[in-house]
Amino acid sequence: MRVPERTAAVLAWARRNLFSSPLNALLTLLGLWLLWLVVPPLLQWLWLQADFVGSSREDCRGDGACWVFVRVHLDQFLYGFYPPAERWRVNLGIALLLVPALPLLIPPLRRFRRVWLLALLAYPPVAWWLFHGGLGLSVVDTGLWGGLFLTLVIAATGMAAALPLGLLLALGRRSRLPVVRATATVFIEFWRGVPLITVLFMASVMLPLFLPSGLSLDKLLRALIGVALFAGAYMAEVIRGGLQGVPAGQYEAAQALGLSYWQQMRLVIVPQALRMVVPGIVNVFIALFKETSLVLIIGLFDLLGVVQAAVTNPDWLGFVLEGYVFAAAVFWAFCYGMSRISRRLERRPDMKAQEQQEMA
Amino acid sequence: MLQALLLAAVLGAIVWMFGNALDNLARQGIASGFGFWNERAGFAIATSLIEYSETSTYGRAFLVGLLNTLLVSALGVVFATVLGFLIGIARLSPNWLIRQWAAAYIELVRNVPLLLQIFFWYFAVLRPLPQPRHSIELLGLAYLNNRGLYLPKPILEPGFGWLSAALLLGLVGCLLWLRRARREAGSDRGLRYWLIAGLLLLAPAAAVSLAVGLPLGWELPEFRRFNFRGGLVLSPEFVALLTALSTYTAAFIAEIVRAGIQSVSQGQREAAYSLGLSPGQTLRHVVLPQAMRVIVPPLTNQYLNLTKNSSLAAAIAYPDLVSVFAGTVLNQTGQAVEVIGVTMAVYLTISLVIAALMNWYNRRVALVER
Repeated sequence: MRVPERTAAVLAWARRNLFSSPLNALLTLLGLWLLWLVVPPLLQWLWLQADFVGSSREDCRGDGACWVFVRVHLDQFLYGFYPPAERWRVNLGIALLLVPALPLLIPPLRRFRRVWLLALLAYPPVAWWLFHGGLGLSVVDTGLWGGLFLTLVIAATGMAAALPLGLLLALGRRSRLPVVRATATVFIEFWRGVPLITVLFMASVMLPLFLPSGLSLDKLLRALIGVALFAGAYMAEVIRGGLQGVPAGQYEAAQALGLSYWQQMRLVIVPQALRMVVPGIVNVFIALFKETSLVLIIGLFDLLGVVQAAVTNPDWLGFVLEGYVFAAAVFWAFCYGMSRISRRLERRPDMKAQEQQEMA
Repeated sequence: MLQALLLAAVLGAIVWMFGNALDNLARQGIASGFGFWNERAGFAIATSLIEYSETSTYGRAFLVGLLNTLLVSALGVVFATVLGFLIGIARLSPNWLIRQWAAAYIELVRNVPLLLQIFFWYFAVLRPLPQPRHSIELLGLAYLNNRGLYLPKPILEPGFGWLSAALLLGLVGCLLWLRRARREAGSDRGLRYWLIAGLLLLAPAAAVSLAVGLPLGWELPEFRRFNFRGGLVLSPEFVALLTALSTYTAAFIAEIVRAGIQSVSQGQREAAYSLGLSPGQTLRHVVLPQAMRVIVPPLTNQYLNLTKNSSLAAAIAYPDLVSVFAGTVLNQTGQAVEVIGVTMAVYLTISLVIAALMNWYNRRVALVER
């Protein structure tokens, strides 16, 4: 006797949400028509008529997508031209990233703050040693780095550099010292006013001119500097929003305790400000992650760069769609994942509890 | 003390970099200054709004690139706004299915890099289109093939000045009528109201057309042996860039519109319904005017982003400012400092101008509220 009840519920739901008025019913039909137009052909192409097994383009016989193309190029998409024998170093380096991330996943570990800070500070040099080599490992030139690996390197470096840089710039812009404020404001507005491409062009053709002759920076390093400065300026504006959101009473209370400026900021203001703008920070991260793809214009082969190289390879012409769909899926998974995490962080109860604790 | 140190550090860094630059330029034998501005460019540009040939100067090439950037940005802003508002409103539709469609669009489009989307439209959609001979025909008026989109081209005939004057007159008359009608309390906006408005708008233009004949012709694209002749040709690069920019930015605008509409309290809507307004009227006269105050500032940011993102044209060789000037001109002259400096200055100027315009509009919207 339950089934009819349920059907009734479904019908009621449908009447409320899909057919509440003639216009609404028309819209529903439009939506269904779109669904019928898009989903079956997409399924056919992606899956039902697609080829999955094989090792050469002769294995692409179906009418749908030929995922053999992606399968053959997968290593290239992930590592670029990194020598195959050394790829374990990339895997190890990325796996090591879990060490500083552990306390985020396992709350009890959060007590060991010092160890965590040490791990965080130690990570970049260790990762650099693993990826680039030297000291017993064979050197892999940064020109061979590529694929998803390079995308992750640029994005992670940009994020890691943008946070402290953005914090400093935001504090500078809210400083009472006119020179500091002016410098920070001009710096922020300049980077925010120009497109990232011109920044990358500047890093690749103009920066060498500004350095003393003899000192030449690696192409990747120059791009990283450009991306970091660019992301730092955007981060600064987000953090400034947080600083403005901290009630004036907090500033006054900190001052009344006799704390110095830096103590006030470090112990009272910044922790509250950062917590307030977590979604904004993640948005900057997502934008940065997507914009790393621009480095292909100055000749670095990030994920999109290697995919583009593979689809224009004369031996594998005609698989443009497969390549782009793969790249889009990877980018989408990362960006969507980040936005989900940010939404979870916003709602996390212990964050609110901590806040209340601090206020008490 | 800190200030003095910072000032010294900033000035020191600038002097140091400047010295290095002079040193390096002298050593590499690169000229400096803007002497190249009036030299012959010697390269062709595929699409140009103004007259340009290989004998034109670098300065002219700069202008061509700038105009192309402005063109694609302006059109992009218009399309993105329309599409973004539609999707943003659909995101809050009472219809569940439409809501899901809008959400799916937003989540899909804004989590994929714009450059990848430009590549998709260009390399995966437009380039594999059939040859001109097998063009896709749209209503017998427009043709789409791998060389671009061919549209009918409006031809302005001699009397066109009169027609535009008449149209302008009609527009002014119509606006005056709408204003007057709005001020009259209790005037119901029925069929008569709109009829008069339409009549006022079109009557002068119709009179002129009757007097001198319609001074506007259309030149249809026509297939001749290998390719189309005549008509308005939009290159695949332009179409791909415009499509990608509009659809990408629309996803962000949709989210802004949604947030703006949600910021208007439910009570406002209920009050409007209880006054007997229809859902459409409520949206137009009650919700949107209030939501605009929340929407405009982030919308400005999106317009700025779109303009800056149009520089991705360089990746598919649409001749925008970056592609022409910071690309070809830079390669030919080698004067990186001047060229990149000018390019950045242009974008900074555009950013400041758009920001100023939108601030002005924002102040107006804010005033209406009181």
